[in-house]
Amino acid sequence: MEKHIRLPLTRELARTLEAGDTVYVTGTIYTSRDAGHKRMCEALERGEKLPFDPQDATIYYVGPTPAKPGQIIGSAGPTTSGRMDAYAPRMMEAGARGMIGKGARLPEVAEAMKKYDGVYFGAIGGAGALLAKCVKACELIAYEDLGAEALRKLYVEEMPLVVIMDSRGGNLYEEGRAAYLKQRKKEKE
Amino acid sequence: MREIKASRITDVIERLCIQANTRLPEDVKEALRQSREKEDWETAAGVLDQIIENFEIAEKEEVPICQDTGMACVFLEIGQEVHITGGALQEAVDEGVRRGYEKGYLRKSVVKDPIRRGNTGDNTPAMLYTEIVPGDRIRITVAPKGFGSENMSAVRMLKPSAGLPGIKDFILEAVETAGRNPCRPVGVGVGMGGTFDKEALLAKKALMRPLNTSHPDPFYAKLERELLEKINAFGIGPQGFGGRTTALGLNIETMPTHIAGMPCAVNMSCHVTRHQTEVI
Repeated sequence: MEKHIRLPLTRELARTLEAGDTVYVTGTIYTSRDAGHKRMCEALERGEKLPFDPQDATIYYVGPTPAKPGQIIGSAGPTTSGRMDAYAPRMMEAGARGMIGKGARLPEVAEAMKKYDGVYFGAIGGAGALLAKCVKACELIAYEDLGAEALRKLYVEEMPLVVIMDSRGGNLYEEGRAAYLKQRKKEKE
Repeated sequence: MREIKASRITDVIERLCIQANTRLPEDVKEALRQSREKEDWETAAGVLDQIIENFEIAEKEEVPICQDTGMACVFLEIGQEVHITGGALQEAVDEGVRRGYEKGYLRKSVVKDPIRRGNTGDNTPAMLYTEIVPGDRIRITVAPKGFGSENMSAVRMLKPSAGLPGIKDFILEAVETAGRNPCRPVGVGVGMGGTFDKEALLAKKALMRPLNTSHPDPFYAKLERELLEKINAFGIGPQGFGGRTTALGLNIETMPTHIAGMPCAVNMSCHVTRHQTEVI
């Protein structure tokens, strides 16, 4: 189903989303990848606050290219999410419900998603120039020394995403392939 | 001896780093467009439309196709009649990468140390591969390599007794288990023969051969077609959302090997398979 949603990703909103939905997302999201997640989880372990309020937040796994003069952000497509699997359950526990990336996740992440009503969205991997067009504002908020991996606050409009995994255990990677193969088999018979 | 100044190599590499990251090779564009024509699964067709729109925007606006502007893999085929003057070769190459990644607003994605990390800040050093060839020219290729796909590559030292079925199983297994991590549709580079290190290099070189070409030996040309067909029957599809287009092309490069071995390497790429070449 095609849906247009506005963030923050509340528990109620998250529950309406299903694996396979095409979702156009508008609102504030935060960028972080390997090194940023490591630092945030270390901060949580020490009982410190995160650089942004994680409640109902959505994190985009991305390390953009530097913006050219006149650009809000450089090319900004998703990175492989699996590298954040070690941190994702802790981030969901802190309240961050939404994740945007690409690629498979571990069962631990799927379990945490069920517990906290998490949603894993896919953006088109390798479509960095196209995805940058949805970013209307970009502000560096922390970990500037990490360069492309620094924490940024973005405002996105109608960002085209697909729900890969939902809070009920639905998984487009499994269902999409199976549906395609079933159709092929039917055609052959 | 023909003299070529190191600074000239720097200039060419600076230009190629920017070009390669903003412009897809024609054969990759063509493969994407043809795959879109053949794709009959709706979600998959929609994904391919976005991928095509993306490279068109990148080329028109001169921005990176993908935010992972990669490690700069630089291949130099140096004519044996050439004498490089005015500086060390690796430094000249690194300077080209440094300037290209700075001027082209490309992402700096290289860390100083595999375990202790720390960004080098300028995307150097380049991964430099040199070959001495006949002639008095230098053929320079820059192939930025992203790590979403690089991480999903595989090498295996197969036993000769595994034969053709063993080779096929290994390649298909490597491409299938890479699953959804590399940005599909992928390019698959296969290297066979040589030694442990040579097979991997052959696999990387295979990715630079245009996707619409075949291995000169009909035996391997047939194997390329057969494996590509099998991969595109996996149903994984663009981005792994299901569909026909799992891979754009599969190229095999081969060389002689030891009586006791049958090395095989699979270097995964993505739909942003980049390389640009200039001859000086």
